[in-house]
Amino acid sequence: MKFTEEHEWLRVEGDLVVVGITDHAATQLGDVVFVELPEAGDTVAKDDDIVVIESVKAASDIMAPLDGEIVEVNDALDGNPGMVNEHAMDDAWFFKMRPSDISQMDEYMDEAAYKQMIG
Amino acid sequence: MSDLKQLPLHALHAELGGKFVPFAGYEMAVQYPAGVMAEHLHTREKAGLFDVSHMGQVLLPLAADVALERLVPVDVQGLKPGRQRYGLFTAENGGVLDDLMIARRAEDLFLVVNASRKEHDIAHLAAHIEGVREVTDRALLALQGPLAETALARLAPGVTAMKFMDVAQTGWGGAELWISRSGYTGEDGFEISVPAVAADGFARALLEMEEVAPIGLGARDSLRLEAGMPLYGQDLDTDISPIEASMTWAINKMRRVGGDREGGFPGAARILSEMTNGAPRRRVGLRPEGRAPMRAGVALFAEPEGGTQIGMITSGGFGPSVGAPIAMGLIDNSIPPDAPLYGEVRGKRLPVAQTGLPFHKPDYKR
Repeated sequence: MKFTEEHEWLRVEGDLVVVGITDHAATQLGDVVFVELPEAGDTVAKDDDIVVIESVKAASDIMAPLDGEIVEVNDALDGNPGMVNEHAMDDAWFFKMRPSDISQMDEYMDEAAYKQMIG
Repeated sequence: MSDLKQLPLHALHAELGGKFVPFAGYEMAVQYPAGVMAEHLHTREKAGLFDVSHMGQVLLPLAADVALERLVPVDVQGLKPGRQRYGLFTAENGGVLDDLMIARRAEDLFLVVNASRKEHDIAHLAAHIEGVREVTDRALLALQGPLAETALARLAPGVTAMKFMDVAQTGWGGAELWISRSGYTGEDGFEISVPAVAADGFARALLEMEEVAPIGLGARDSLRLEAGMPLYGQDLDTDISPIEASMTWAINKMRRVGGDREGGFPGAARILSEMTNGAPRRRVGLRPEGRAPMRAGVALFAEPEGGTQIGMITSGGFGPSVGAPIAMGLIDNSIPPDAPLYGEVRGKRLPVAQTGLPFHKPDYKR
């Protein structure tokens, strides 16, 4: 698993990459009440804002961590956005993407480096 | 953070795990580990303790009631001892300079004003009234919720006899408490001014009770939003008249057209005219139809595309007790009350319905 400075996690699953946010980020955001996801089929570029997370406090953007195509989004978040607070690292993934250049993963942190960053 | 002021209960908030944010020049707890949602629901179900010591507490001589009436459209002279009224400092242009509480006590008038406006308000008062005294050695707490009376009565048994908007003074462990039965949540509850030196002990005595949990500014905002209460600087401001803000009820009968002391407050010409002839805008409750919250600043339209902006969201977010996004906004008064509206969120027009206020009906002890 890899981690971005924006508190996203990336998990390789076959030729796809699954993306979500970390427990740390979910805790910082507070109670999540709405997640606006991209659509399957969208072509995205690294650093595009593609997800909006609305918590009781504020709206936050999540960026595409890689260039590629969105192949699936987690529709379960629509009816139950609060699962981001409960299961940020697994069930509450946001989207799966097919990266056009998997080597873009290399610049991201491993778990130890991420843990060091958040202190 | 060095230029932020700290309040008397800062150490207690830190001990309780409060997450601090800057607010009106103070370092304030926005939430505790339970989080905004749980804190909000706890207040609706039991009793929440809020530290609102950043607010301004001001004393005026009793004889200042006549002079104070020249600044607010309130019947201050008719306010009975032991009672409190909501008021607005109006501006010459008919806007609002701040909103406040005015209590008449045995020996003085006691005012509570917004933190962000306290310097302004005190200067404004002092320019018109002799003997304005800011109270700087007291904390201000609010205990709100259906079990607030049960909890507070253990420390101050006399509160059970108080009704909504009553004020009283009572002792606790050698400290004098100034209590009003009021609040900013739409729940029954109390605001309690306590000497700063006794505040920590008093707050801890309440927090030890099973019913009572600490509540941060985040839930304070969602509670008042559900209660349909305006926030100064958002729903009330210098360019919004009280009539536009749908606060006509706050213009006391005595000060309206035909009242014994009609007008005589700043902006009376515009405000009284708008009461008779209608105001250009009105404040409405809004229910976004989707799940996306619409927050302050979102532009409102009458058409799903094209057309000109007809209003703006002034407060909005998620209502934990409503279980859906809710908002308040100012819209052109020509828009029919049943017209569907659209809020522009991240470039997309999303449907939003006008609705009455409040979203959560208050349960005050009358």
